[in-house]
Amino acid sequence: MARRSKYPLPLLLRSAAAWAITLLLFFPLGWLALMAFKTELQAISVPPLWWFTPTLDNFREVQERSDYLLYARNSLITSVLSTVIGLMIATPAAYSMAFFKSRHTKNLLMWMLSTKMMPAVGALVPIYVLAQKAQLLDTRTGLVIIFMLSNLPIMVWMLYSYFKEIPNEILEAARMDGATLWQEFYRVTFPLALGGLASTGLLCLVLSWNEAFWSLNLSSAKAGTLATLIASYSSPEGLFWAKLSAASLMAIAPIVVFGWFSQKQLVQGLTFGAVK
Amino acid sequence: MAYLQLHGIEKSFGAQRVIQGVDLQIQKGEFIVFVGPSGCGKSTLLRLIAGLEQTDNGHIVLDGRDITEAASSARDLAMVFQSYALYPHMSVFENMSFALKLAQVPQAQIREKVERAAAILNLGAYLHRRPKELSGGQRQRVAIGRAIVRAPKVFLFDEPLSNLDAALRGQTRIEIAKLHRELGATTVYVTHDQVEAMTLADRVVVLRDGRIEQVGTPLELYDHPANSFVAQFIGTPQMNMLAVSLVAELAQRFALPVAADGFIGLRPEHLALRPEGQGMLTMQVDLVEALGAETLLYLSNSQGLQLVLRQSARSGLHSGHSIGIDLQLDCAHYFDAQGRSLRSGPAAV
Amino acid sequence: MNRLLPRLLLTPAVATLLLWMLVPLAMTVYFSLIRYNLMQPDQIGFNGLDNFEYFLTDPSFSVAVLNTILLMGNVILITVVLGMGLALLIDEAFPGRALVRLLLISPFFVMPTVNALLWKHMMMHPIYGALAQVWIFFGFTPVEWLSDHPLVSIIIMVSWQWLPFATLIFMTALQSMNREQLEAARMDGATYLQQLRYLYIPHLGRPVAVAVMIELIFLLSVFAEIYTTTGGGPGDASTNVAFLIFKQALLNFDAGVASAGALFAVLLANIAAAFLIRLVGKDLDK
Repeated sequence: MARRSKYPLPLLLRSAAAWAITLLLFFPLGWLALMAFKTELQAISVPPLWWFTPTLDNFREVQERSDYLLYARNSLITSVLSTVIGLMIATPAAYSMAFFKSRHTKNLLMWMLSTKMMPAVGALVPIYVLAQKAQLLDTRTGLVIIFMLSNLPIMVWMLYSYFKEIPNEILEAARMDGATLWQEFYRVTFPLALGGLASTGLLCLVLSWNEAFWSLNLSSAKAGTLATLIASYSSPEGLFWAKLSAASLMAIAPIVVFGWFSQKQLVQGLTFGAVK
Repeated sequence: MAYLQLHGIEKSFGAQRVIQGVDLQIQKGEFIVFVGPSGCGKSTLLRLIAGLEQTDNGHIVLDGRDITEAASSARDLAMVFQSYALYPHMSVFENMSFALKLAQVPQAQIREKVERAAAILNLGAYLHRRPKELSGGQRQRVAIGRAIVRAPKVFLFDEPLSNLDAALRGQTRIEIAKLHRELGATTVYVTHDQVEAMTLADRVVVLRDGRIEQVGTPLELYDHPANSFVAQFIGTPQMNMLAVSLVAELAQRFALPVAADGFIGLRPEHLALRPEGQGMLTMQVDLVEALGAETLLYLSNSQGLQLVLRQSARSGLHSGHSIGIDLQLDCAHYFDAQGRSLRSGPAAV
Repeated sequence: MNRLLPRLLLTPAVATLLLWMLVPLAMTVYFSLIRYNLMQPDQIGFNGLDNFEYFLTDPSFSVAVLNTILLMGNVILITVVLGMGLALLIDEAFPGRALVRLLLISPFFVMPTVNALLWKHMMMHPIYGALAQVWIFFGFTPVEWLSDHPLVSIIIMVSWQWLPFATLIFMTALQSMNREQLEAARMDGATYLQQLRYLYIPHLGRPVAVAVMIELIFLLSVFAEIYTTTGGGPGDASTNVAFLIFKQALLNFDAGVASAGALFAVLLANIAAAFLIRLVGKDLDK
């Protein structure tokens, strides 16, 4: 029988390695965060400044630019609306497939899955043309529709799997207790699925907020989202980095935090349940 | 007229015929147990009565009313599920009052009924807890309480004890029996455990492959099994089945009323020990199980015959010993090659 | 009511997705067969397969295909290999594991445009960027990433963003490993390498397949990073198929050629998708 070593070397090595790699990988984000609190001069100092007095000037200046707020509002509105509308369409479909299973159910799910696999670029031209003709270019409505369509398969899929997790016997018990179909849904199924609905909504909110392909192609000055705004900073205006960092940080911080809460859903949602 | 009647019930799932024609009459206040091996259709039959599945053929009549087409919610039945199926997002009180709330019973009455049921089941202290905060046995009682509160026409139990540990199982079994005595409600109870069947039932229905093999009181089934399946399903340890071919001389000597390809059935307590060299058969002891209140002896002989003997006295025998066996022939059951009973047990009237 | 209600519930979603799938596809096919310039929407004429020929014989096309393969191949390789290594590293508990997890998955939730700018300015800038500082620190001249190695730079950016995804997948998969099996192996005297070979890697086979397929599908459309940093250049050096289609459509305004290209991209995606669908379908049967 091996003697337990007093200093668990493998554990120490493991921890050190894990932390080292993690800090290395996180560095770009951390650096971004730091830079947001520097002055412009500090930001471009060579060698890089680690120790400095943080300032909130950058955040203030970015906020004063009215177009930043406009873009932020657009991001918020398009993400939230597309998620809410998507949920309203996806929930009945998922409910139907989970509880009224038929021999078509599996094929239907697979088909929905396949619509997500179409690369966005494949639909670029027709969607652009359609948007142009319907005068939806550079409008929030256009973006809401596209975001919603992009995420709909994921929503249906995730809600389906959450609904399926509800043990059938609980619903049978409700039926034995005298519940009609509507009562069964309203008092038992829905409360139990609420968590799943929230998780799905959160994930789709994150996906819509970060959506860049359609934002860049279908919107510009009026309905642009934060993704568009940041992209427009791509021309190097040198002494601008601290503010750029502040703007970027504000754009990504809430979503990164949301992302922390939706880890599990991310795996489930984006792999369509293939990895548990 | 019987309270709950099943006429010609048939049910198939796809190509599989799960219930192949069941007729049954259940009296008011009876405790009926459906028992049988896995896959015999007992749970399906229960679910058909409950309305959770639809019959392909046949009628179900309850208290004079044909409920075959009625929805589960309209049948006035209550079911206790194997997994309890409590509502996880509701407290114990809300679980038990759910049905009454749906039926729009006034709040005061709801409170009264729930508290009364909770008192019977010792759940008073847990009324405001959630199911996940309860132990298995407590959840079981909430499930039963949920059913009691509704005072339904018939209680349905679907293997309610299988998820409990052995000690709790025995305890809860007794509580269910006491409950039935107090409430006197008509109950249909499904189990694969024949001990539960024997102890709880007024009458037992033995099912195999979707058909009723026999219906009777526990002791009727024990003393007069209609075929070898029932004979071996009821009673533990299993009834000894002696192939006539292995005891041909005995069968001839005593002129036993059984064919050469038939079987003689003898319960373990209907064998007696004799000293070596005496008795009708000579056997060797394979294993001795000393259970304290009784002793089981597992015996075999060189021709492949295997027997189990039960006696209340302790035994000094060990594996390898040779002993004699006497068969209590007036308690013997005789079966033909297909397992049908020819004559059963002590001449009962 | 029994059959009607479920169908009714399904209708909005099915109808929507059907439209979303069929309409663009039909239009793309239509456009790919005609001559249609977005700046001159009235001049429409039938072009037959000319658009396809034009797209496929465009010298940029073969470059774009090569770039796409390089981009996708490298990103998948990096993310899967590193992801697996990371997941195995943090599989067993150690101090601060929860925090490490959070930090590791953060890059995935960063907006692609922010990701692009982050790398372009903060990391890869030849004078002020962090990488330049490190290079200088070790006495080397800083690399001009975006101008000299555009495709490599894009690969780095996209790998950084997708590594958390692969890591998460493998972390999730490892959690479902049969611990008792591992204990039995340890009692049988298996070393860590043997455990890796006979237990861990086979268990991860399926998640690897899933990760690769998902990445194949999503990486085909890598766009924002290229748009924001290199603009596909210099020349065609960092143009992938998606960006090429974009260039044709919204820079050259040639809807016809762009559509031909789009069909090509859809074909590629469908091949990968077919495998993924079969895998997921098997799951549904369980």
